[in-house]
Amino acid sequence: MDGENRERTGGGGPERVGFFTDTSVCIGCKACEVACKEWNMVPEDGLNFTAMSFDNSGGLGADTWRHVAFVEQREPLGFQEPGVGRPGAVDLGMPSFELPGAASGADERGEFRWLMSSDVCKHCTSAACLDVCPTGALFRTEFDTVVVQEDICNGCGYCVPACPYGVIDRRGDDGRAWKCTLCYDRLGDGLEPACAKACPTDSIQFGDLDELRERAEKRVEDLHEAGVSSARLYGEDPSDGVDGAGAFFLLLDEPEVYGLPPDPVVTTRDLPSMWRHAGVAAAALLVGVAATFAGRR
Amino acid sequence: MNTSDVTKEGIRGERPGREAITGAADVVGEEQRRRRGGRGRRGEATRVPDAEFRSYYGKPIINQIVWEAPDVGGYLFLGGLAGASSVLAAGAELTGRPDLARPLKYAALGAISGSTAALIHDLGRPERFLNMLRVFKPTSPMSVGSWTLMAYGPLAGVAAVTSATGWFPRIGRAATLGAAAVGPLVATYTAPLVCDTAVPSWHDGYRYMPFVFAASAVSAAGGMGLATAPLAQSGPARRAAVGGALVETAVSSAMEYRMGLSGEPYRRGRAGAFVRTAKALTLAGAAGAVLGRRSRTASALSGAALLAGSACTRLGVFHAGKQSAADPKYTVVPQRRRLAEREAEGEAASAPPARGPGD
Repeated sequence: MDGENRERTGGGGPERVGFFTDTSVCIGCKACEVACKEWNMVPEDGLNFTAMSFDNSGGLGADTWRHVAFVEQREPLGFQEPGVGRPGAVDLGMPSFELPGAASGADERGEFRWLMSSDVCKHCTSAACLDVCPTGALFRTEFDTVVVQEDICNGCGYCVPACPYGVIDRRGDDGRAWKCTLCYDRLGDGLEPACAKACPTDSIQFGDLDELRERAEKRVEDLHEAGVSSARLYGEDPSDGVDGAGAFFLLLDEPEVYGLPPDPVVTTRDLPSMWRHAGVAAAALLVGVAATFAGRR
Repeated sequence: MNTSDVTKEGIRGERPGREAITGAADVVGEEQRRRRGGRGRRGEATRVPDAEFRSYYGKPIINQIVWEAPDVGGYLFLGGLAGASSVLAAGAELTGRPDLARPLKYAALGAISGSTAALIHDLGRPERFLNMLRVFKPTSPMSVGSWTLMAYGPLAGVAAVTSATGWFPRIGRAATLGAAAVGPLVATYTAPLVCDTAVPSWHDGYRYMPFVFAASAVSAAGGMGLATAPLAQSGPARRAAVGGALVETAVSSAMEYRMGLSGEPYRRGRAGAFVRTAKALTLAGAAGAVLGRRSRTASALSGAALLAGSACTRLGVFHAGKQSAADPKYTVVPQRRRLAEREAEGEAASAPPARGPGD
């Protein structure tokens, strides 16, 4: 389970690749969602209006491998002016039928921020979905990504509750589990994943994980220097609960605000203890039932 | 004059791209900041007023369990019944209680067949069930369980068939003992199976769940013995039923209490109803088994109550898992608490020592 060891593919394989999703430059265009669906031929999963925001896909699932979260907050972007530096910009506020700012007092105007973040499979170093898969359908590729082989998956559904991020899911009409492959087919041809290719602002950056981590550190420093005190990295630490994620993020608020778990731990970390407890329980069952024969009748 | 945008300092008018700092800093006045601080830092995303946590529009963090309650509830219950029945049957056979051993062997075969059928029925691609046997993975309790079923099923089958026909008594005896050896694992491996997930109400109970499942299995097998065996031979089944029922009730209550927040779903909604029904049926069955020990009818009814109680226990666990997966509170709050504890520890470690190095 040592993160450092697991991160390196042995024998001179390709470097570990991943995503750095910088949500501070995400504009919520959903080009990543569309590009992912098109390239991977992911079926349509309902053209819904969720009524909570401009988010129409809700969360990651069998048919949503990139999900853009829209968080609307009455809060300035880390003590920032929402008008992006232009003096006298007018805040339009949340979408409503009233005149902008009519409902709120003068104090409230200008205090509004929109957080957008494109979520994806984290391709964990210690991946619970892969650990619990009983068929070996989930496997680790030469790029240190985690992929489902759809010709082997028998749809047992065990990976679904095992994932601490709520990424992988079973497709109803198909019966098998699906998730982001980090465009395994494109990587083999030296191409970057479809979502990163389509991202117009480079919010989704693809590359060697080590290089991405350095770039992310620099970016956080720059943002802090500029006064965006709420900027923080999520999932970049190789000593975290999943021994480091292959896809990590720069967030502007706490992870749970974006629907991400604040401190996920791979469930199989406790599995040796679970087996020990089960072994003791099995022995207790045997002894206990044997003891029932001690009586006379 | 040079009109090129390329200068010695770089490209003129170049966009900052991903280096862009999104907005100008420190333009909010000190007074405005203070006012905002007084109003609290809650964002629009916080929709649950009674708990101290934030979420994405109250949507769950983890994906909902895709298993069906009748399938997986049945799979857990029948597996437990089969495993413990085999152990009880072997004991009955070795101590000369054939009328207790025989029905328990039938019950074990029937239950394990039902358990396997439920497992296969719950697959998204049932025709690919044999892919379970492609690999053996100790990291996957379902893989270990599939192989355990492969070892146990034939043993239980041979034990039942030889018992029914009277053929090959030695092979039958060996199969009976073999099934009794594997039986405890069949009854308990399902606990790591459900606990080895990110579902809070399952994972957090992993120290107790194997004991709940083992005791529930013994209670069910004892109940089956009471329901099927004559009074003269059902003594061990009665003791197993009562002991299993009491341990099951005690350990599951302890589990629900000790789990803290993750134990809450066991008291609420459908899970709460199943858990309460399970305890009522199990305790009633245990009381009936003791008080009605001279009546065949009372014993049979007590046995049926214990079987139903065991099934309700498993359904309670299943629904508690679903309820805890559906509410982000159960995922976020304990993780936040863990982070806060780690932070406090880190601060304590980095703080200068209170006493000098001399002591």
